[in-house]
Amino acid sequence: MDNKRITLAHGNGGQKMQKLINELIISNFGNPILDRMDDSAVLSLSQDAGRIAFTTDSFVVTPIFFPGGDIGKLAICGTVNDLAVMGAKPQFLSVGFIIEEGLEISILKKIIISMRKAAKEAQVKIVCGDTKVVNKNKCDRIFINTAGIGTVPPGVNVSSKFAKAKDVIIASGTVAEHGIAILAQREGIKFNSVLSSDCASLNALVSVMLKYAKAIRVMRDPTRGGLAAALNEIAASSNVGIEIDEQNVPLKANVKGACEILGLDPLYLPSEGRLLAFVRPDKAKVILKRMRQHLLGKGARIIGKVVNSHKKHVYLNTVSGSSRILDMPVEEQLPRIC
Amino acid sequence: MKYVDEFRNAVIAKRLIKKIKDIARRIDRQVCLMEVCGTHTVAIFRSGIREILPQNIRIISGPGCPVCVTAQEDIDKAVAVCQLPQTIVTTFGDMMKVPGTLHSLTTIAARGYDVRLVYSALNALDIAQHNPTKRVVHLSVGFETTAPTIAATLMRARKEKINNFFILCAHKLIPPALRALLSSPKIKISGFILPGHVSTIIGARPYRFISEQHKICAVIAGFEPLDILQSVAVLLEQIRQGSSKIVIQYSRCVKDRGNAKAQQVLKRVFSICDTNWRGLGTIKKSGYRLRPSFKNFDIERHIKFELPRQKQTNCRCGDVLQGIILPFECKLFKKACTPEKPIGPCMVSSEGTCAAYYRYGGRCGQ
Repeated sequence: MDNKRITLAHGNGGQKMQKLINELIISNFGNPILDRMDDSAVLSLSQDAGRIAFTTDSFVVTPIFFPGGDIGKLAICGTVNDLAVMGAKPQFLSVGFIIEEGLEISILKKIIISMRKAAKEAQVKIVCGDTKVVNKNKCDRIFINTAGIGTVPPGVNVSSKFAKAKDVIIASGTVAEHGIAILAQREGIKFNSVLSSDCASLNALVSVMLKYAKAIRVMRDPTRGGLAAALNEIAASSNVGIEIDEQNVPLKANVKGACEILGLDPLYLPSEGRLLAFVRPDKAKVILKRMRQHLLGKGARIIGKVVNSHKKHVYLNTVSGSSRILDMPVEEQLPRIC
Repeated sequence: MKYVDEFRNAVIAKRLIKKIKDIARRIDRQVCLMEVCGTHTVAIFRSGIREILPQNIRIISGPGCPVCVTAQEDIDKAVAVCQLPQTIVTTFGDMMKVPGTLHSLTTIAARGYDVRLVYSALNALDIAQHNPTKRVVHLSVGFETTAPTIAATLMRARKEKINNFFILCAHKLIPPALRALLSSPKIKISGFILPGHVSTIIGARPYRFISEQHKICAVIAGFEPLDILQSVAVLLEQIRQGSSKIVIQYSRCVKDRGNAKAQQVLKRVFSICDTNWRGLGTIKKSGYRLRPSFKNFDIERHIKFELPRQKQTNCRCGDVLQGIILPFECKLFKKACTPEKPIGPCMVSSEGTCAAYYRYGGRCGQ
């Protein structure tokens, strides 16, 4: 079998992508900051300066407009969220466009206006950028890269490495909506109710949560590979076991229905405006309460806990009173969802 | 959610599990049940049912995952079709990574050939309509559940005179496979969990030979945790009493005679032929081919294939599909053969037995 070329599965947030990153990227670029493999790099430019968080992300979603958002909004929210889940206050963004020859200028304008609105809402400034145009058929309409810088307040210390046994795991709301919205729009699958993406900037919610910064050990936005990939990455990074209660994972009825019809597992589908927080058990209730007071955390719920057994593995307690492993995604469920 | 949540009720699940344990105790010997459908395999793993069954009750998985049983030769044909000029191949998602001799559709797509995922054959027909200068070939796999939708698509293609749409026909039938399975002396199965979706189309009658000739009981089951638990309870009760009936548990969808309209459509478009099952070999009268009046849609009629010579491996999927061994009894399992790099068909599809053991096997599957 031909295993010598990149396939879509190398970009799905699952096992193949992890392997590619470890074998090619980390092995060549590796350094103590990159090796942490967090959503953003947290670094200090000099000893007396505060810490900053720095991240980058590229957006190739198709279709470029979808219910609940578009590629522009996603490019802002995605990078803002990668900074926010490190506990950083997002401040400055760069934007790079790769545009296919022939794209209508009105469409580009619509995307840029959407980005302006999203940046304003997230209170970040776009401070530098780049525009490239490639020949027809050499990219699909438009690809966007954004990079971002944020400041990490003193006392904030979150990383996917910091989960500890007994930590309580909170999801900020219903999951899998972005993935199912993109799929329905792309394939022209019509359901009775509109399936809308959850795409949103999470920094306002995080700033509320950071009142309890000392009790928050890990935050992660479950994008590619969904809840399953995010939890597996954290279990591996922190060398802990994780137990999730299937019944407590928040899911909208229409998303659940669409997944049933299409044979997709919602635990593997991405969200673009949700976060997972691993918090100290004694503060779980108060953090949950705080989250629920915020618009983006209304549907927050405790979904599971960190345990000392089955290290590096995630288990799902099922309805029938049994439990099973919740593994990393292997193959591509949905390419180009962000 | 209606029709889902009520079948995942934890309280009723507990009650059914207690009932299963009670009957199992009274049976007092090892009992082996086989589920035949890939969707059941996944449902059983997803809800962790295997792990809560009493020690003397074992559920094994049969040859009911359409992706897994698609012959290597059929994948090689699809890969060859991809490489024809001006051709788009369409397929259902799980078929993408099924290994052919040299390529899977995923790896051939990575070389720039046009392979597209569809959710129904009608999507493929749409692609053909939007690309009139190209040939669109749908890799048509699946059991009696999928075949009517393909048949209906071909009827529409003919009516609308779409002549750039073709199928590579690799459909298979469940009852002949069960018949072949039961004729093997190695098989020791006390009861069958029969596929709900297939039975929605064909009804309960084609399974009568299981009870009449082989004196084995069977339940046509739904796919929710409570459906499966109830089906297991019904099977065990029959085994305890020494009865061998075909019971329809999935009565909210399955009728004794099945879906007459779908059967009619199938008859119009397909005739029955011998076909090759991966891991099981050729089974008589177990597949569909296009009738002469639809032959023009058969891509094999229009091109000659030059296929690579197939390689032999130590894969034991044939034994897994027949329920003779469990996946971890195969030397390749989890070592040379993983979902990332599958060797055998059962590791390929998320519905495959080996893939399900790999993913969900958990504490008891290790």
